[in-house]
Amino acid sequence: MKLLDSFKATVAVLAVAAVSASGVPAVADIKIGASLSQTGPASFLGDPEAKTLQMLVDEINEKGGIKGEKVQLILYDDGGDPNNGRTFATRLVEDDEVVAVIGGTTTGTTMAMIPVFEEAEIPFISLAGAVVIVEPVKKWVFKTPHTDKMACGKIYGDMKARGLTKVGLISGSGGFETSMREQCLALAGEYGIEIVADESYGPKDADMTPQLTKIGNTAGLQAVLNPGFGQGPAIVTRNFKQLNLQVPLYQSHGVASKSFIELAGDAAEGVRLPAAALLVADKLDGSDPQKAVVVGYRDAYEKATGKPVSTFGGHAYDAFMILVEAIERAGSADPAAIRDEIENTKGFVGTAGVVNMSAEDHMGLDLSAFRMLEIRNGDWTIVD
Amino acid sequence: MSELLQFVFSGVTVGAVYALVALGFTIIYNASDVVNFSQGEFVMLGGMTTVFLHAAGLPLAAAAILAVVIAAAVGIALNKLAIEPARNASVVTLIIITIGASIFLRGVAQIVFDKQLHRFPSFSGDAPFVVAGATILPQSLWVVFGAAVVFLGLYGFFTRTLTGKAVLATANNRLAAKLVGVNTNFVMTLSFALSAAIGAVAGVLVTPITLTSYDIGITLALKGFAAAMLGGMGNPFGALVGGLAVGLIEAMTAGYISSSYKDAAAFIVILAVLFVMPNGMFGKTSVNRV
Repeated sequence: MKLLDSFKATVAVLAVAAVSASGVPAVADIKIGASLSQTGPASFLGDPEAKTLQMLVDEINEKGGIKGEKVQLILYDDGGDPNNGRTFATRLVEDDEVVAVIGGTTTGTTMAMIPVFEEAEIPFISLAGAVVIVEPVKKWVFKTPHTDKMACGKIYGDMKARGLTKVGLISGSGGFETSMREQCLALAGEYGIEIVADESYGPKDADMTPQLTKIGNTAGLQAVLNPGFGQGPAIVTRNFKQLNLQVPLYQSHGVASKSFIELAGDAAEGVRLPAAALLVADKLDGSDPQKAVVVGYRDAYEKATGKPVSTFGGHAYDAFMILVEAIERAGSADPAAIRDEIENTKGFVGTAGVVNMSAEDHMGLDLSAFRMLEIRNGDWTIVD
Repeated sequence: MSELLQFVFSGVTVGAVYALVALGFTIIYNASDVVNFSQGEFVMLGGMTTVFLHAAGLPLAAAAILAVVIAAAVGIALNKLAIEPARNASVVTLIIITIGASIFLRGVAQIVFDKQLHRFPSFSGDAPFVVAGATILPQSLWVVFGAAVVFLGLYGFFTRTLTGKAVLATANNRLAAKLVGVNTNFVMTLSFALSAAIGAVAGVLVTPITLTSYDIGITLALKGFAAAMLGGMGNPFGALVGGLAVGLIEAMTAGYISSSYKDAAAFIVILAVLFVMPNGMFGKTSVNRV
């Protein structure tokens, strides 16, 4: 019996040796990792992201994979918890031996994962918003969504054009909101904006009328800006209407989805926000370079899932396509080669905008990627 | 002045929800000494079930009533499947079971419903009433009115009906109640059904204001529990006062000091009260005779 076992083992060893000697890797799949927040408070971001990745992987494998090699997606659900994110990041690197990772739905989970990938030298494309992810530039870290800083810039630009300079801030206390609030405070001076009130609310708060009453009573108030996502902005919008505040309300790109209009109801009328082209795919000019991409992704996603498309799934689309193109250009599944090619991404047309990465810019988007939208008659209208 | 009134309106609306959750805690605590930490999930079930039944084509009122019935059935199932088999376990074990049940219910809700936020239309429109410069939504009045009706109904039930008195008797001394012919198993089941239904009513009333999703239960259970502790665990009147107090403290802190301290302020006040009055504002001091 023992003899038989050792014979088996020898054969196995020989077989492995033969395979490695012939230069074909033991596992032919290209392993791409992802840790997303499919559940938890950021699930409405992570869920479409995960669905998008699964859809794209299926699509690419049906077409024969990347240069003939199938793509295998190893997907974890971190529930929006940075600790889980870090655990899964370590697992992706050590156990699953992935060549690149997409994910970090939220800024919190992304920041927790970054050190793991920096140390393991694995390229990482985050789907979170905060500017701190790519500023300062980290060698192995990229991101696809617009930054909160850009959103502030876009909003301030619009406010200035309308002659609104005295602004009240009401922001959520989550990672994204805190970061965006800081960026908006820092950027205000540059645009000649004066922040006259600065209030906050918790991610699960059910009523923001006290904060809004306080802001509404601020002398000289000309506009209110709400960096936030989740249920908060919908409640802020409804409370804003309830209190009948007679100034324009701006929301962030964090609420750029149809469900925001549904949740906020009539109160959403007149609310302005910056958003990616995906949201208004049908309303884009035929000459718009993004039109074909966003319409294509939207139709594919809605067909595959039966759910309306959201900007957040678009971030995953961009990340995956940038990664696939980088692997194709690199011609190998070597993480370092992939990283170099991601950094060389030029003129990539994604759902978020046209991406031009460089050694100094690991996001590659400019303000033109944002459209200013206003909600009119329960639908988006492009105002800029 | 209108500012203060606005904060009061805000505090009372939120506080009435906490009070309803606290009332749910009270009923089960009275019948079994168990703090049912899945109380928040009943609020979620009430709101979410209504959303989905309404979306499926049922009129809002029918959907709401059906949701309350469904939540009550879940409450009964929880008692029959999880609490009753472990009846001889210690109270701490039973409390842990309810925490497990809350996680389970949340998980099931994620699968049966979805992970998105939802709301359904307000009962009487969204045009706010203006009172002395402050505004209040008609739905907020529904919440306050609903909490008052539930409270009065419970008060009547416990003081005027034989079944209600049987619940109180069971609470007081299970063995003695059994000896005088109270069906304590039935009392337990009834308590779970009742508190689940109250939670669901809260969910139905507040969803148009606060929105709902599968995971709103955690925060509500925490705040409701705090309110129940503040008022005195087991006292329905205490639950009502405790809930309103927590809501008002939050609104006042957010309005006059800073919203960052809102949650902290509520818990500091509760700790302070419990330090001076360990049984809460209206709790009974219990003495064990040896």
